[in-house]
Amino acid sequence: MKTLEELLAIKSVTKKTMLVREDIGDDKIKIVVGMGTCGIAAGARDVLNAFVDGVAEKELTNVAVTQMGCIDMCKYEPIVEVTVPGKEKVTYVNMTAEKAAKVIEEHIAGGEPVSEYIK
Amino acid sequence: MRELSLNILDIVENSVSAEASLVSIELTEDSHLNTLSVTVIDNGKGMTQEELLKAKDPFYTSGTTRRVGMGIPLFKMAAEQTGGTFSIHSVDGKGTLINAIFKTDSLNFKPVGDLHATVSALVSANPYVDFVLKYSVDNNEFVFDTREIKQKSEEIPVSSPDIVKWIRDFIEQNVNNLYGGVTDNENT
Repeated sequence: MKTLEELLAIKSVTKKTMLVREDIGDDKIKIVVGMGTCGIAAGARDVLNAFVDGVAEKELTNVAVTQMGCIDMCKYEPIVEVTVPGKEKVTYVNMTAEKAAKVIEEHIAGGEPVSEYIK
Repeated sequence: MRELSLNILDIVENSVSAEASLVSIELTEDSHLNTLSVTVIDNGKGMTQEELLKAKDPFYTSGTTRRVGMGIPLFKMAAEQTGGTFSIHSVDGKGTLINAIFKTDSLNFKPVGDLHATVSALVSANPYVDFVLKYSVDNNEFVFDTREIKQKSEEIPVSSPDIVKWIRDFIEQNVNNLYGGVTDNENT
């Protein structure tokens, strides 16, 4: 059974990987998932959680997974925007948890956008 | 929406858009009355009486990107299709309360689903908003509060992937327990 005390253990590990990096700042890679009604109905929740899992698994410390509202491209939901500092924003469409894993691997960790998921 | 926890996510997104700093999600299931009550309370900017009337209309939205707003109508429909009820109260400048009661023995009742995934997604995307989940099934209750988590995690942001993952598992296990689920300890 998970207890709140377990958090303390996670905390000490996370603190080590965080080093002195502060939460705020433009040096972070931003993964932004569309969470309007259209996005949610299309599966955005699982996509967002898949990105969280991928970032945790790869122990990436410079990534923020966050959300945005509907951007009037509802038929392409779930939509995910990835912004790497100093590079142009990449918009992925019709995302799934599986596709998220590949984006983590190749784009977030590897630096190469996955062109087949880009509209 | 496939499951109620997705409707709940959609409704809480409204609270976040309304600049709430605290959102409480309360589920109360009564296995004798066969009812599930879902209440979302926020301290966001609320709605005027006029906006409140329009909120139930799918062809109204406070947003500007498109002309429809389906979140509230879909949730209302989900409850009413089970023979349940829906109500919304709001005070301009104070906050909004939405309650839906579902008849769980209706064929149209869809399962709550992965509420843990709903809460973890909300926490990851909105680390500066506090979320409370109160889930009770008959006499058992589970309460989750991000303010308590933040106190424990201190300088580590609650949106750190490790913490978010932990929150997801923590809620899943405790909610399963409400329904008499097997815990890790009992397994070993």
